[in-house]
Amino acid sequence: MSINILRMFSRRTSSAPVARERLQILLAHERGQRGQADLLGILREEILAVVSRHVALDPEKVIVRMDRGKSVSTLEVDIEVPNDFDKRIAVAS
Amino acid sequence: MAKVLVVTSGKGGVGKTTSTAALGAALAQNGDKVVVVDFDVGLRNLDLIMGAERRVVFDLINVAQGVAKLSQALIRDKRLENLWLLPASQTRDKDALTDEGVRQIIDELRSKFDWILCDSPAGIERGATLAMRYADEAIIVTNPEVSSVRDSDRIIGMLDSKTVKAEQGEEVKKHVLITRYDPARAARGEMLSIDDILEILATPLLGIIPESQDILRASNVGAPVTLNDAACASARAYNDAARRLNGETIAMTVPVERKRFFERLLGRRAA
Repeated sequence: MSINILRMFSRRTSSAPVARERLQILLAHERGQRGQADLLGILREEILAVVSRHVALDPEKVIVRMDRGKSVSTLEVDIEVPNDFDKRIAVAS
Repeated sequence: MAKVLVVTSGKGGVGKTTSTAALGAALAQNGDKVVVVDFDVGLRNLDLIMGAERRVVFDLINVAQGVAKLSQALIRDKRLENLWLLPASQTRDKDALTDEGVRQIIDELRSKFDWILCDSPAGIERGATLAMRYADEAIIVTNPEVSSVRDSDRIIGMLDSKTVKAEQGEEVKKHVLITRYDPARAARGEMLSIDDILEILATPLLGIIPESQDILRASNVGAPVTLNDAACASARAYNDAARRLNGETIAMTVPVERKRFFERLLGRRAA
């Protein structure tokens, strides 16, 4: 019993604030990611469709990436095109 | 007009089935015609909690596949004449349920009942998405604990994107129901507070159900806790929640530890 009383007076640090903080950080991250996979998939498809109207592309060489920063996010689109792509356009037109 | 209400959570074991039964019975006691629908195909339990496990003949899958009529599968509660159960199949798996099958059943139920309470399975797979698919409102059952809150957040995201309402640009009305709340642990700062949970989930509170032996006792005998012992704290909390669902304004009571100061001083660890 003496231990119980000691416990009462030795301000035991509560764990709830830690739980709250961990959750807030985790959920901020997870909410950011939510739907992102879909968005990137749609962007990739549509960019691929537009560009391949003019350039013969390898679909594997189209990379769409999003980086979320604190204040600004960037969308990076990396498309590798064959060296002779302009000749192909000439033929096509 | 009929309302379709999904009781969901993501995480298992938080009290979805208990809450579905308790709220269904409370709404029925207020005079509405209520059906509780078990969507947990393969792991049904709502029949057991409602005390109707020996009366199941046909189930949700039978109706969805046209093997049985809805009227043959619906089981009327023995205590309340305007409370009904539509059980899940115990032998089939979740893939037996289709979007179209669920749509037809919900449509038919809408014409017969005031409230259609869908008891969702745990998880975020097919069973859970179909349970919420046609919902007008949702209860997100959450325990004051990190993994439950995280899963609730995920489910809220799904309610805002994967339901018919969301796809039509409308919103499923969402409520958080906090269950298994332990006042003693809350007082010691060992449990996420109500305010923390509501702030994190940014969703209005429907009620706070204290952790209680009364709930275990009710499930042992196969009765919704609101029918088994209407005077106990958890039944009262569920009754208040049911009235809030009906639009009434009822002051929220946070369960408190019933021990007196001197007992607390001596029996702190036992709590």
